[in-house]
Amino acid sequence: MAGPRNISVSGASRPVLPRHAKLRYDETRKVWVILAPERVLAPDEIAVEVLQLCNGERNVGDVADQLAAKYAAPREAILVDVIAMLQDLADKGFLTEIREKTS
Amino acid sequence: MSDVTIPPSDSLAVLEKQRSTAETFGIPLAVLLEITHRCPLQCPYCSNPVELDRSGKELTTDEWKKVLSELAEIGVLQVHFSGGEPTARKDLVELVKHASDAGLYTNLITSAVLLTRERLSDLADAGLCHVQISFQGIEEGLADRVAGYKGGHRKKLEVAKWTRELDLPLTVNAVMHRQNLHQLPDIIQMALDLDADRLEVANVQYYGWALKNRAALMPTVAQLEECTGIVETARERLKGRLTIDYVVPDYYALRPKKCMGGWGRQFFNISPAGKVLPCHAAESITGLDFESVRSNHSIAWIWQNSDAFNRYRGTGWMKEPCKTCEFREIDFGGCRCQAFALTGDAANTDPACALSPLHETIFKQAEAEAAGETSRFLYRNFAGGTLESENGT
Repeated sequence: MAGPRNISVSGASRPVLPRHAKLRYDETRKVWVILAPERVLAPDEIAVEVLQLCNGERNVGDVADQLAAKYAAPREAILVDVIAMLQDLADKGFLTEIREKTS
Repeated sequence: MSDVTIPPSDSLAVLEKQRSTAETFGIPLAVLLEITHRCPLQCPYCSNPVELDRSGKELTTDEWKKVLSELAEIGVLQVHFSGGEPTARKDLVELVKHASDAGLYTNLITSAVLLTRERLSDLADAGLCHVQISFQGIEEGLADRVAGYKGGHRKKLEVAKWTRELDLPLTVNAVMHRQNLHQLPDIIQMALDLDADRLEVANVQYYGWALKNRAALMPTVAQLEECTGIVETARERLKGRLTIDYVVPDYYALRPKKCMGGWGRQFFNISPAGKVLPCHAAESITGLDFESVRSNHSIAWIWQNSDAFNRYRGTGWMKEPCKTCEFREIDFGGCRCQAFALTGDAANTDPACALSPLHETIFKQAEAEAAGETSRFLYRNFAGGTLESENGT
């Protein structure tokens, strides 16, 4: 089954792009794009990096840890920005998450 | 993140859109492939031309494959397999596979009535990214009557269910007009019940078949205002759950729509016979010669250099009142096909614009038709249309 919709992103979430949203490098225009039904989104560099780290195993907190280490920046500020970016994507219907099986 | 989003009827955008001026245009991000005009449905608002391409004229499997490879090479990112009914082509799975292998994002725009579960599953395996199913109403009485196809509505519901079972994302496309607008709240609920990701509430656009059926389809102003209110409330309520795209008919607007994002700027489609067209209705404009993928020219050459694309590209072709209008690069004078159909000259201002000398006349006419008694359809078919019988069959 498809992943859940209408998700609320937190540090513990393990978000992933759903099947209908594909992150791809556009060779012609030299930009990263997210391909979705009747839409093409143009994520900025940070968004691309975050989405590449969102592999369904890492949670948002892990992603913030990695970025904080890489950019030697305060983790809490990064976490806030990453959650805001992912929540925006979720509200547009282009993000789902991995949840533990309940049955 | 910038969201390059486009109303479904103008289904494309260029990423460079913020920087673009009237004369610049990139290769479209998405292309509509009308792989056949054959369709078991007979919807009276069909967006296909009144003069349909017969099956003998359709591009072959190899020709379509060559087109798909070429589109991917020049930088197109998405293709919409449409029609007619695209599943009427026996080679659809093969074409979707070829497109996926070329790296294209593939979308199927279908009436669904010819699909089996097995074939849908084969399409999913071939890499299909998204399925869009049209619905004509909320219950089979009205829906089957609009489609001119008995049993269609029930089949669509079944295929929508299979789509989600196969983990394919689903868009419900609801084409709205005077005779089904009252069902809109239930259509939104149906989209939720079907577990759709996206709903297109698309008011009929009045060219071709729909123009012939305008008196039976045109909504009243009050209906349209109610519809807009319902969509806005639902959008807020269903944020993150169901994306709703909304297309209004432009007859009741003061400003025309930026049709296709401007002629030859963001969009082209390919007809069953391989013509490369600035929009799916463009062949209704007489006096334009459209190049085919069967010609000696590449698709990129046709897009950039052919006379038909250059004729109304940018703003140089404009007459007054468009020529000096401050909005000329905002809406590009509206829709060329509508201007041609209603004024006889595609270079005239689209009468949907309040600045067109014909705007008032057309608005009044539409209002009168919306209030009128006509509800019989002229069904779409290869024979030039069949009028619905008095008792609605």
